[in-house]
Amino acid sequence: MRNGTRLGGLTWLAAVVTVATACTGLSSSGSPGSGAISVNILTFTGPQIAEPLQRRAPDFRTANPNISISVTTVPFSDLYQKILTDVSTGTNSYQAFVFDPQWMGDFVGPGYLEDLSTRVKADASLKWDDIGAFFRDFSATYQGKVYTIPLDGDFHMVYYRTDILAKDGLKPPETWDDYLAIAQKEQGQDLNGDGQGDYGSCISKKRNAQAYWFITSIAGGFIQTDGTNQGAFFNTADMKPLVQNEAFAAALDIYKKTGQFGPPNEINLDVGDTRGLFTSGRCALSMDWGDIGTLAIDPTTSKVKDKVGAVILPGSKMVLDRSTGKLVPCDATTCKNAVNGINHAPFASFGGWSGAINGKVSTAVKDAAFKFLSYMSAPEQSNVDVTIGKTGFNPYRTSQFSDTKLWVKAGMSEQAAKDYLGAIQASLQSPNMILDLRIPKTQQYQQVVLDKAVAQFLAGEIDRDTAMKQIYDGWEAITNAEGRDKQLSAYKASLGVQR
Amino acid sequence: MASSDNSETLDARGPTPVEGSGLEVATGERERVAGHTFRAAVSAKNVFLWPALLVVLALSIFPLIVSLYLSVSRLEFQANGIDVRFLGFDNYASLLFGTEQDHFIGVLKPLTPVGWIIVAVVAAITARAFVSYLRGVNVRLLGLLLRAIAGLLLVGLVWLFAQTLFAQGGRPGTLFVTLVYVFVGIAVQYLLGLGLAVLATQRLRGQRFFRVVFLLPMTITPVGVAYMFRMLTDTGKGPFVPLFDLAGLQNFAWVNDPWGARIAVMIGDIWQWTPFMFIVLLAALEGQDQEITEAALVDGANRRQVFRHITLPALLPVTTTVILIRMIEAFKIIDLPNILTNGGPGTATESLTLEAFFDWRTLNLGRSAALAYMLLIVVTLIATAYVNLVRRRVTATA
Repeated sequence: MRNGTRLGGLTWLAAVVTVATACTGLSSSGSPGSGAISVNILTFTGPQIAEPLQRRAPDFRTANPNISISVTTVPFSDLYQKILTDVSTGTNSYQAFVFDPQWMGDFVGPGYLEDLSTRVKADASLKWDDIGAFFRDFSATYQGKVYTIPLDGDFHMVYYRTDILAKDGLKPPETWDDYLAIAQKEQGQDLNGDGQGDYGSCISKKRNAQAYWFITSIAGGFIQTDGTNQGAFFNTADMKPLVQNEAFAAALDIYKKTGQFGPPNEINLDVGDTRGLFTSGRCALSMDWGDIGTLAIDPTTSKVKDKVGAVILPGSKMVLDRSTGKLVPCDATTCKNAVNGINHAPFASFGGWSGAINGKVSTAVKDAAFKFLSYMSAPEQSNVDVTIGKTGFNPYRTSQFSDTKLWVKAGMSEQAAKDYLGAIQASLQSPNMILDLRIPKTQQYQQVVLDKAVAQFLAGEIDRDTAMKQIYDGWEAITNAEGRDKQLSAYKASLGVQR
Repeated sequence: MASSDNSETLDARGPTPVEGSGLEVATGERERVAGHTFRAAVSAKNVFLWPALLVVLALSIFPLIVSLYLSVSRLEFQANGIDVRFLGFDNYASLLFGTEQDHFIGVLKPLTPVGWIIVAVVAAITARAFVSYLRGVNVRLLGLLLRAIAGLLLVGLVWLFAQTLFAQGGRPGTLFVTLVYVFVGIAVQYLLGLGLAVLATQRLRGQRFFRVVFLLPMTITPVGVAYMFRMLTDTGKGPFVPLFDLAGLQNFAWVNDPWGARIAVMIGDIWQWTPFMFIVLLAALEGQDQEITEAALVDGANRRQVFRHITLPALLPVTTTVILIRMIEAFKIIDLPNILTNGGPGTATESLTLEAFFDWRTLNLGRSAALAYMLLIVVTLIATAYVNLVRRRVTATA
């Protein structure tokens, strides 16, 4: 009898579990008519980027009771393969992605991403035309169709401590030589009044993090002189890598030398660490995306409120002669876009976190996912989120650049807001802006080959020439494996983006 | 139950029926029943064995074969699924002789005198072991052949090892960094574990408390240990900053120097796994026959002599086993270098498993599988050589 009762109980328990599982399954499948449509969004382990998605999901649910949003996070270095393996194997456990738009080169071709062109046109609340033309046409569009909704705008800039530079009678850096000189002067000085020596420069150099973007930001001013369409990664005539020449060598040397004026463990620091150091007042200079500008006004963590200035990436007075691989002086012939004899090439690194929808899920789920991404990007939400440092979102809408009230309201001084937005706009409007790589196997070119060689060079494992050869050979191997003509055509198409 | 069924079956087959007797029907019936019983026994055997066998095949053998195939292929995720292209030994060739040689084996340079001495010593020991086998009574062709191959591989491995570590301008790759983690780590873990175990057998105050404390590191997840050591080794922030400041190490970073970073990884590993050595050796020490020790003391031996000539030989079988287990486990080190140094500076602290993981993460599954097989070969080779080396000593001691 006791056994019978126990079995009966177990049967009931099994039944309940089965029903519950079935319900969960129905819910997660997002099939219409099963109650709430569940949208699982995959992005990277923040707290940036995931934070605003998670914070706003409940509000969105209140307004849309039939849509349930969940956010799954993985480390950035795992994000590409997680998306690729999930969709290509037909698992489709994620219905939307907030990811690096550079990967569209790998994801659009096989049909992994939904074409959002029609939905974007039909959605007035998204205010598509308010999104900066560059972000609409580069971060969101691939081969003439819209595949992502921008949630973030990304450029590298140089940040400096206005109070420290003013005290020492220094101007913000215009060239990388200026940068190194300022860093050297401020190295070891007490920059935050705690009696301890601080650092002249803080730039992330960690492997498997952001180092491969920073080296491009430094190299850009030496390599690209003839406008955006010239490209800074490959020669547009034969797809040969532009990484084995005096310009790239100079960039490697500068990147390594900044380490002499940085924290002792800088080689193991990612941008999260360097941002923390800068906002705690320990660095005179830093190179970063737009995040430091907003993190600096966060009263809970920042010691440098209203003490931060931002400028376009430093440039160079010597530029690459592509025919010889040598550096030549910057003049009217060699640097058509130079300002005061200095060639600037601001780098639109990464392109900005963007939301995309899995092309293999049902229409109802796609609609629900689009609704959420549109909600996140709409000015009502994004104009607030871009002013909060911890979101990781930087300005990308015209209204965000034109209206300084948003920034003043968030805690920035009028001058700091103008400075910050001015640096981004100067980059955005530069005719010599560098577009980030966006061709098939971008992840292999940058995150695997370039990143590893730069890490080994910074660590002193290999010398400069070996590093350049390693990158050149690695990139050539990928190009040859994928097909040179196909890659060249994709590269040229990516450079032809209208801005 | 099974044995009584069998005896019944055997009994049923027993007597031969006499033709025309009344026993014929009964015997036929018995044979039929016996047949059923026999078939049922066979079926039961199959029913019980095959599911387990299939599970083993599915979970162990199948992945082994698939990963072997992967290691000679290039796998790509495409629009309609996965494309696998056969490459032959390209993945292995790139690791051993190609673009990844620097990463896997290291940068090879001409040997220094110290390097030559190390190679010569290992070659001499291997040759001696081989000759000793040849002089033995149980010489078999297969054994001879396998020993010759193992000996050549071992000497070759040491030769390569010396060319990366004991050579001007040489740099060890992930293979030899892993070997350093394994041999240095285990040696220190064993010595510390033995020391602590001997201490714990002394009648000291707080003995029970320390036994528990010594065991704690082993109960922490390796990722947790790695994060903890990352914090402890940070000279800029973390609990030891005042100590680093006192020592004038404000501007020192473990991770800037390849050997500093490797030592940091090894300290974490030693901290975590010394308790394993400790607990096993403590059990062995406590199980030791005290009468022999007391007899030796009565005969005038001092404590050091007792430890050297009685305790250590008695511990040899346990030592052999515990080192073998740790060795196989230590070759798979990944959490500590991944979290603590991210494999850096550069690739200085990358272990074989971490290199395979990085390849896997960037979807280079073929090379990742090739690395896994290289690891399997190295572990098998070293574990076999180790077992052969110590077995005779253990037997002789016994």
